[in-house]
Amino acid sequence: MASVNKLGRHQARMAYLFITPTMLLFAVFMVIPVVMALYLSFTNYDVLSSHDWVGLDNYRRLAGDTLLWQTFLNVMYYAVVFVPLNLMISLLLAMLLNKRKAGVKLFRTFYYLPTLTSAVAAATVWIWMLHPEYGLINGLLGYFGITGPAWVSQTETAMLSIIVMTLWQSVGSNMIIYLAGLQGVPDYLYESARLDGASRFACFRYITWPQLRPTTFLVSVMAIIGALQLFDQAFVLTQGGPANVTKTPVYLIYQQGFNQLQMGYASAQAFVLAMAILVFSIISMRLTKAEEPIV
Amino acid sequence: MMAEHVPQSNGHPRPGTERLGAPARKRGLNFIFYLISSVIAVMMFLPFYWSVLTSFKPDNEMFSMPIKWITTNITFEHYYNAFTTVPFGLYFWNSFVLATAGVLLNLFFGSLSGYAFAKLDFKMNQPFFRILLVSMMVPGIVTMIPSVYVLRHIPFVGGNDLFGSGGHGLMNSFWGIILPGASGTFAVFFMRQFFLTLPKDMMEMARIEGCGEFKIFWRIYLPLTKPALATLGIFTFQAGWNSFLWPMIVLNDPAKATIQMGLQAFSYNYQTDYGPMMAGALVAILPILVLFLMLQRYFIQGIAFSGIKG
Repeated sequence: MASVNKLGRHQARMAYLFITPTMLLFAVFMVIPVVMALYLSFTNYDVLSSHDWVGLDNYRRLAGDTLLWQTFLNVMYYAVVFVPLNLMISLLLAMLLNKRKAGVKLFRTFYYLPTLTSAVAAATVWIWMLHPEYGLINGLLGYFGITGPAWVSQTETAMLSIIVMTLWQSVGSNMIIYLAGLQGVPDYLYESARLDGASRFACFRYITWPQLRPTTFLVSVMAIIGALQLFDQAFVLTQGGPANVTKTPVYLIYQQGFNQLQMGYASAQAFVLAMAILVFSIISMRLTKAEEPIV
Repeated sequence: MMAEHVPQSNGHPRPGTERLGAPARKRGLNFIFYLISSVIAVMMFLPFYWSVLTSFKPDNEMFSMPIKWITTNITFEHYYNAFTTVPFGLYFWNSFVLATAGVLLNLFFGSLSGYAFAKLDFKMNQPFFRILLVSMMVPGIVTMIPSVYVLRHIPFVGGNDLFGSGGHGLMNSFWGIILPGASGTFAVFFMRQFFLTLPKDMMEMARIEGCGEFKIFWRIYLPLTKPALATLGIFTFQAGWNSFLWPMIVLNDPAKATIQMGLQAFSYNYQTDYGPMMAGALVAILPILVLFLMLQRYFIQGIAFSGIKG
């Protein structure tokens, strides 16, 4: 019995040794930063000289920071349009390609290709796609006699440009996730529904959609967390403009923290954004009504 | 659309469908399916075609309407210009080094601790693993600024003393990008799930033979995880290659810039040089594209897994 215990102790010691690098890195680059995030937001840390406790000053300043609230509105507009469209299109694509037919694999590959691009490269390509005079989009519209807008340099269409580009870039991977989800729906559900004479819409409404709930839950929460932290696309495609309509909170935090070095204040902004992300994630969890615990 | 799950012979024909013969109706549906799918495929592919076309087109054809869909005057001047105006080759190399280091470290640390969490008994197994899982929900923006603080104040590096002050720490160094991502939670989780599917009796046999714990992991279990390692490796490489904001924060030295930073700076500074811009963007996309075409299966597995991890 003693030797079994000894063996167990040895195993446990080795296990701790195995996870040490991971846990050490986790402590240094995750636990400490999370704790510090709150602390820094009560200081005027600026990398170089000052590092004093300023109490609630940063948060008081936040309340009157109209630019910050504008960036919040911008990114909410983005999320409200982008997230549902993203879910809808990727589910439709998945349902379209959830078949055993010749060529389906090739179509999946084509739909997936855009997700391989980096946001920077994609935005660079789309700057040229959306060129008001010689761009592809307005060129295509021209065939129908439509004079396209100046997309990225017009306040009405700048955010729309980002939405369209990001949809192009991201529906492919969610389509794959939905395909995996669809393949997990047991066939007998559809078979018995068909026997009962259920229409296709009823099949979708009462079988597919409820069965995909865990998938939708995960995809939507991830999409919201990503959407509220929009940065790369806004930084490259529109540079936050025109007139700040595509400036996002992360963009503002980046400028405040790393261009103007007001890291204390930027931390307070980041903290408020994190709270917003938490609230929106919870709302979306309620909306998609995940009954099973996720962790 | 979901009806395709059901063998056609199984259902009752719905009203209105009897008029057409079943084969004709099926052929019609097939035609619609291929039509829709192809139109979407063209839409998805058009930006790629457009950028490739532009990168080989002479300027005078680029700035002309209506669009010239093919060009007969293929030119390489845009690639030449892109690579001579900015050191894209160097940026390419920097990104390659960073992404590769990220892959190697994540594969090693991820599988090492994934194995421990899946196969070894220790008291803190569950609590530690739960904490790691929960941390995956923390948005990156929260840790961004404090991470800079931590990097700047790591002791004994970059001119720092014991208390982490005096120098710039790991800021402006590749380690500032490599270390924070060296053992991603996703890697640990992914490998743990894979190790869980492997039987435990092999390790008991090996123990009886007197094999050490690390050797059991390294020689017996790790070789069995090759498909998982390939999937995770590709996933990590893509994330590292495409990352933009964090490298831009950490690296100030232009000679250390990554391909994404270089491309962004290029498209910002040379706003009307669309030819070289497209050439640069394609060069930034190419490695991932090649990797994908060679190892497509692993990409799809990675994505599908990240979807079912709930």
